[in-house]
Amino acid sequence: MERKIRVLIAKPGLDGHDRGAKVVARALRDAGMEVIYTGLRQTPVMIAEAALQEDVDVVGLSILSGAHLSLVPRVLEQLRERNMADVPLFVGGIVPADDIPVLRELGVYKVFGPGTNTEDVVAAINQVVGA
Amino acid sequence: MDVAAAALAGDRRALARLLSWVENGTVAGRKALVQLFPQTGEAHVIGITGAPGAGKSTLVNQLAREIRERGQKLAIVAVDPTSPYSGGALLGDRLRMRALSTDTGVFMRSMASRGDAGGIAHATRDVVSVLDAVGYPLILVETVGAGQSQVEVARMAHTVVLVEAPGMGDDIQALKAGLMEIADIIVVNKADKPEARQTVRALQSVRPGMRSEGHPRVSLGEEAQVAVEVAGWEAPILQTSALENRGVEELLAALEAHRDFLKESGQWRARLQENARAEVESWLQRQLLALLADKVGEARLTAVVDTVRRRENDPASAAQELLAAVLAAAGGKR
Repeated sequence: MERKIRVLIAKPGLDGHDRGAKVVARALRDAGMEVIYTGLRQTPVMIAEAALQEDVDVVGLSILSGAHLSLVPRVLEQLRERNMADVPLFVGGIVPADDIPVLRELGVYKVFGPGTNTEDVVAAINQVVGA
Repeated sequence: MDVAAAALAGDRRALARLLSWVENGTVAGRKALVQLFPQTGEAHVIGITGAPGAGKSTLVNQLAREIRERGQKLAIVAVDPTSPYSGGALLGDRLRMRALSTDTGVFMRSMASRGDAGGIAHATRDVVSVLDAVGYPLILVETVGAGQSQVEVARMAHTVVLVEAPGMGDDIQALKAGLMEIADIIVVNKADKPEARQTVRALQSVRPGMRSEGHPRVSLGEEAQVAVEVAGWEAPILQTSALENRGVEELLAALEAHRDFLKESGQWRARLQENARAEVESWLQRQLLALLADKVGEARLTAVVDTVRRRENDPASAAQELLAAVLAAAGGKR
């Protein structure tokens, strides 16, 4: 049977705007991926647990609150704690240009800002998973 | 230690990886299933089915919480539909199961139906087998939002819960064959809505005609059409409000009562027998299709499909001729 790319899309923290996450989830679905959508207000532990149980190839976080520098390290830590440091983490949302290298340094695979074409997200995931 | 052994030893990441292998039908997954299968058959497998939006996920969430309060471990397998166009899927059942997401006594796995029309995926059985083997005593399988004829879950579960929502149709809908007949327990969810009473009445009015004993069969042979007829269980109609967490304890009690009934009446064994048959048939179908695809080849298949499109041949005859050619070729080799 054909192998499908499995992606977790989650929104950590308290901001309640999930339109972007849903648009991305749908684009990935339309690109033939299996998207596990966990919805709003996820804690880093919830995200890492879901990533583990669902055995995803990629984790995508949507953050619009500006709290990325505090949330992302905690998600990465929880993933590492579960022996999942090898699962690439993507961040989408509003991230100031200066913070992008900081996130990359922390271990984020790629950051997508406002206006990103969903095709670019699909291409980046396909590339990192090696499909 | 190999992945199957690690999963057996309680390594949850190994378990998750193993489930992917099994779902993808990889060679490693097949090998692990061979290794694990003797250790299956212990878990109580509960199918939760019903129309989209009836509240299956929310109810599963509440049910799991109640089970956890009693200190029992459990696994959840939730199936959502695969897009027939892109082959992708949006699996959203975790959205309603937030309460469980940090509890390591619950293992929850989302699955895409991957083109299977029965309400579960082919691989759902295999995923359940792995969870059973590694020691989850209770496995809840939530089907895709099912209409009327997605009855495949009955050939996998010991207990089938049909979740109905109020206001979804009159008693004629309830009289139609299919989902209603496979239910061991009927739940009218969203009982906080005023229409719930009417729905319960409509269901009660048709229940005497339902058969809740034995399970439906789609079988290879004539003989197997004789269903196991052991009377003694009448599907109870319960009311729940998953939102207000009402009626969930009663549902759990009914699940336990049904399990006890199956064990005491000897039907547990009968269902295992039927489920084993369903599993073998499912593999037979998959292996036959794979074999045929391999022997026939895309070019030849397309050529035959073209003759059907031009109305030079009818589909049944076309299939028969292809099959005959493959069988003749196989026979010639011997």
